Amino acid sequence: MNFASGFTPERLAEAWQMLINDFPGALWETLYVTVLATVFAMVIGLPLGMILVAGEKDGIRPLPAPLMKFLNVMINLLRSVPFLIMIVMVIPLTRAIVGTSVGTMASVVPLVVAAFPFVARLVETSLREVNPNLIETAQSMGATPMQILLKVMLPEAVPSLINNFTLAITTIMGYTAMSGAIGGGGIGKIAITIGYQRYRYAVLYLAVIVLVILTQIFQSAGTWAAIKSDKRLKK
Amino acid sequence: MIELRNLSKSFRTADGPVDALRQVNLTINNGDIYGIIGMSGAGKSTLVRCINMLERPTEGQVILDGVDIGALSRKELREVRHRVTMIFQGFNLLMQRTCLKNIMLPLKLSGVPTAEAEKRAKELLETVGLPDKANAYPAQLSGGQQQRIAIARALATNPEVLLCDEATSALDPKTTHAILSLLREINKKLGITIIIITHQMSVVQEVCNRVAILENGAVVEEGEVSAIFSHPKARATRNLIYPEMADSAALTVDMNNSQMVRIIFNGASTARKPLIATMVNEVGVAPSIISASTRAVGEKVYGYMLLEVPGGPDDLAKVIKYLNEEPELSVSVESSYTKQRKEAE
Repeated sequence: MNFASGFTPERLAEAWQMLINDFPGALWETLYVTVLATVFAMVIGLPLGMILVAGEKDGIRPLPAPLMKFLNVMINLLRSVPFLIMIVMVIPLTRAIVGTSVGTMASVVPLVVAAFPFVARLVETSLREVNPNLIETAQSMGATPMQILLKVMLPEAVPSLINNFTLAITTIMGYTAMSGAIGGGGIGKIAITIGYQRYRYAVLYLAVIVLVILTQIFQSAGTWAAIKSDKRLKK
Repeated sequence: MIELRNLSKSFRTADGPVDALRQVNLTINNGDIYGIIGMSGAGKSTLVRCINMLERPTEGQVILDGVDIGALSRKELREVRHRVTMIFQGFNLLMQRTCLKNIMLPLKLSGVPTAEAEKRAKELLETVGLPDKANAYPAQLSGGQQQRIAIARALATNPEVLLCDEATSALDPKTTHAILSLLREINKKLGITIIIITHQMSVVQEVCNRVAILENGAVVEEGEVSAIFSHPKARATRNLIYPEMADSAALTVDMNNSQMVRIIFNGASTARKPLIATMVNEVGVAPSIISASTRAVGEKVYGYMLLEVPGGPDDLAKVIKYLNEEPELSVSVESSYTKQRKEAE
């Protein structure tokens, strides 16, 4: 079957029907899997990123070196596993948590496992950008390490954190498309199972366009929020 | 009272250990505005950071009202840091918070309820003269205003001692003057001891009552500001007080063909008659001022002035005789025709 035959009038009409009938549900699935996975990834990644910064040798609350070494190696290991392989590797974990390894909810688990080390590194980067003089200033006021983290470093890093979370959510949305491979729902599933495997190229392209628009929306909203939140820019 | 006893600090660097402080001994009395001055790299910032233990001294002690604060627990040290607060060259305000929230921060850190903290912060905004900036963000303020907010923040916990680490170095002279006036006012009204780290002699001269001169991590001279200014002993001190004096030999004037007189002011009163103008009237010789550097410390003048005296040796003698009758001056002849003639013989 050649490529052009995917765009005959019948195929286009079929794609239009899918856009109306199947895309809204798929879009919803993509959104909630993305948001759910991002939230869980942040819940784990945010404290982990804080520990990475605070616990290092010259940090505000140094932790035992072997523990820091372990955390760093673990994050690097998880980040080096390709996502498709990760989906398969965490199947036992997925079963334990969700009860099944197939389906939309099941795709959240590998997404979180793949994304939280990434989020931890992003949080680490954001916190390292905070002016070290502010940390010294907080110490000179008698702040505890926890107070420095929560009342100085995190609030000061908010614009940078928003930018990095935007990066995280768009990346995670990209991953959800891949989870179509194990029966996770969403736009990605339509693209793979119908567009690619059944040669409905018009559907495939429509799916890609929808994902591109979604990414644009997330990115623009994130950038807007980051700028809006940054009081350094208020003149 | 703060006593620094045999304070030493060395850092390990790639090129071996560096001694930032060597056996520093200082006593700072309550109510002092104490200047610690030195060139960059002299160890001033390390010294001030040892006073609140942001840097742990390698040796020696910091005694605050009889308590060795180096020996305190972390919790006790945090308490001390509410009593000894600090302002910085870069102001170091939280850029994402309003001025009011910045001032409230140290109070919130020590668990003061929000309503009370807010009330106190508003009072402090009045104290530093920025009552209308409560809801402004630091980025919207000038450097001088930011430092005022930082001062308000440092005063929030009612400290006994305020450490100023190059607090005016990033400000222009006019703003520096305003900030120093505010510090003096705080010292007088609230009785807070102030320790000022600076590389600017003008800062010491303007507000400090005592000063220590730091060179290569060691105190080379210490005492009352007026005494140090009138009789600087250490070379480092003289360089800091009269940087111009060091290179006065490089003057473009032909020293060999003129009669030069150097006047040293050792605390002459600023309230007295104008020296040179009166001399012109009374002696009838009008010298040119070739170079001068004088500083008013309180009511007194310190510094030097280099005069070129026109005419012959008689005129020179008259000028010297006149100047010698003035109190608090010392006069020396730098060069004269007579001297040259003697040398020629």
